[in-house]
Amino acid sequence: MNERIASAFDLLPGYLAQHVLLSAAALALGVMLALPLSVVASRHARVRFFALATASLIQTIPGLALLALFYPLLLGLSAFTEMLLGVEVPALGFLPSVLALTLYSMLPILRNGVAGLTGLDPAVIEAANAVGMTPRQRFLRVEAPLAAPIVMGGIRTAAVWTIGAATLSTSVGQTSLGNYIFAGLQTENWIFVLFGCAAAAALALVVDQLLGLIEAGIARRRPLRIYLGLAGVAAGTIIALTSLAGGKPNVYRVGAKNFSEQFILADLIARQLEAAGATAQRRDDLGSAIAFRALAGGDIDVYVDYSGTLWTNVLDRRDVPPREVMLRELTDALAEKYGVVLLGPLGFENAYTLAMRRERASALGIATIGDLAADAPKLTLGADLEFLSRPEWRTLKNAYGLDFAAQRSFNPTFMYRALEDGSVDVISAFSSDGRIAALNLAVLSDPKHAIPSYDAVVLISPRRAKDSTLIRALTPLLGKISVEQMRAANLMVDRDNDKASPQQAAEFLGRAIGLPAFRGASP
Amino acid sequence: MTGVPIMTGAPIIAPAPIIEIVDASKSFDNGQSFAFRNVTLRVETGCFVALVGASGSGKTTLLKIINRLIQPDSGAVRVEGQDVAAINAPVLRRRIGYVFQGVGLFPHMSVAENIGITPKLLGWPAAEIATRVKELLDLVELPQSYLSRPPLSLSGGERQRAGVARAIAARPKIVLMDEPLGALDPITRDSVGSAYRTLHDRLGLTTLMVTHDIQEALLLADRIAVMKAGRILAFDTPHGLTAVAQDPDVAALMGMPKQQAERIRSILDGSGASGRHE
Repeated sequence: MNERIASAFDLLPGYLAQHVLLSAAALALGVMLALPLSVVASRHARVRFFALATASLIQTIPGLALLALFYPLLLGLSAFTEMLLGVEVPALGFLPSVLALTLYSMLPILRNGVAGLTGLDPAVIEAANAVGMTPRQRFLRVEAPLAAPIVMGGIRTAAVWTIGAATLSTSVGQTSLGNYIFAGLQTENWIFVLFGCAAAAALALVVDQLLGLIEAGIARRRPLRIYLGLAGVAAGTIIALTSLAGGKPNVYRVGAKNFSEQFILADLIARQLEAAGATAQRRDDLGSAIAFRALAGGDIDVYVDYSGTLWTNVLDRRDVPPREVMLRELTDALAEKYGVVLLGPLGFENAYTLAMRRERASALGIATIGDLAADAPKLTLGADLEFLSRPEWRTLKNAYGLDFAAQRSFNPTFMYRALEDGSVDVISAFSSDGRIAALNLAVLSDPKHAIPSYDAVVLISPRRAKDSTLIRALTPLLGKISVEQMRAANLMVDRDNDKASPQQAAEFLGRAIGLPAFRGASP
Repeated sequence: MTGVPIMTGAPIIAPAPIIEIVDASKSFDNGQSFAFRNVTLRVETGCFVALVGASGSGKTTLLKIINRLIQPDSGAVRVEGQDVAAINAPVLRRRIGYVFQGVGLFPHMSVAENIGITPKLLGWPAAEIATRVKELLDLVELPQSYLSRPPLSLSGGERQRAGVARAIAARPKIVLMDEPLGALDPITRDSVGSAYRTLHDRLGLTTLMVTHDIQEALLLADRIAVMKAGRILAFDTPHGLTAVAQDPDVAALMGMPKQQAERIRSILDGSGASGRHE
């Protein structure tokens, strides 16, 4: 079997179990909230109007945005509960995902519930009154059973929506089938993307059929079908629950931002931890700002960040001190303000730089960012998704007076494509990116030293600050990875032909720097 | 003597009437239009009364104030001497059978569950309900095999028989019927109608039936109340209403079946084509 398909299957049990649990929890909560609400809404026109309008409004918020909005919300709540009760609310992972998906699942249940209850034949309601039913008996014996098939239809729709939208929860650090899709998009591993889509679709279909069985059972009064459908749903949820509850007392959560280098390094860290007998869990695709806060808040235990990013984004500093000074001050400030341990630099730098195609740069006679300023009004800048909103860009722009004809943002993979096909002239490249050499790009130098240095550094959460297992497992990595080695590993994942998975690149890197855990690993 | 509601029949009989409506009015749209106005009606135990009138004459609304499906604006309604306003509505309704114009059966329950619903609400033991349901199927001449079938699999006539069985399941003394035969074809209508009349006599029921069909009223009822525009024009035995045609509307209504019968006879005899347009 194709190696990528095989590695996708290896990851399936964990991803699927998480996805099932998340969807089941969100759907169960959605049903518990939306059903009573639809009963009230079916009786009061005003409640009906507001409930349906609110649910429709929530539905118009893109799923990704809804998930992202819960992060600051829960962060605020966490600060509040910590102050009052000394308890922190996790702002990443399961909780925000389940809350956003619950809100998302409510509209179809609510709409069908209201339609089912208000659309009943008035003659049947009168018959219920005339045979002597109290309002409660009428609801339980006549209205609810007659509306049930329609309500089940709404629950089926909600289930399919929830399972689909749950793939987005990867972006707030909750493992799901979306991990295939996000990681695959990042590393251009289309098999992973397809695999993730297919797995989510298959899960949605199976759940839809099971709920359909319950719906048919209710409509045709066949209790056996109802029990079969319920048993199927319950069995799936229980299997998912037990497979995850399988005794992992000390799990290290390794975070990664959303690009190849981060995936490779997170994999390297996870492998080192596993070699030390610990269990590692991945939290991929975190946004730059989210990653640090997640670490400081204890939602992840370890990840790799870059000194310049921390300097400007976290410490909010605009000066550019020499490298050694910056590292020292950073280590002290992070420990003091956040309790975060900066274990040390990995050895290479991944700086933001500006890059152009070599022939284009020489045709325009551009070698430095200073040269670029004169031609910028005729050129288009392509940036990754966060560069244009980062303080480094403002510093750079002001230092050199850069004013481009147009600025466009891309997923990093597509940014390089845009440079190749001429859609953009200049890009915000990363100095450790393997594609700089592979695409023969010219990196523009920064004579004014406007951009700080970006040493890759290992950060450890306050909770794990004195964790000897973690520190012992990661210390061998410090100062060992050269920029050439990192570029080579990145290129393995990012190149167009003969792509490797981040795991394979991590293995390559581990062997290259001579880690015992990787000795003898097959190439 | 026109336009005056006439209450004929014995003025007072002991014991007191089983259903008594006294000076009742019901208006809609905040008093803009009346369903009925200042109506008084007394029905004696064991009597089969037909409420006859055109659509909108208020007859169905009048029927529904008896088991409190509708509340009158003024006046009193008494059942077995008790003011119905003082009885909890569900409790009252379980004492009174009700047969609907449409199906009225619960589509999600079997025939047996439909028939047994009022005894179940009254808390009868399951075994007793099962026995009663079987007995009722025999009574309304439906096969026992129908017990577990859904109501929608029955024909119109069969459904109405099941509806009658449901109405009398908890042994009520009173049965209210709202156009019970309206949706049936003429032959089924006749057979279901006369079967019910037999039951009415056998079980000693008091029946109040709303119908717009004077012929049906004449064939089934002991007494007919003729309603028009929210008032009772006349309340008497069929014979009494025909013999003394006090009111032109009543006279026209009572004269119609006879005229139709004569026309039908002449058409069938072939003697006069006058009744037909060809």
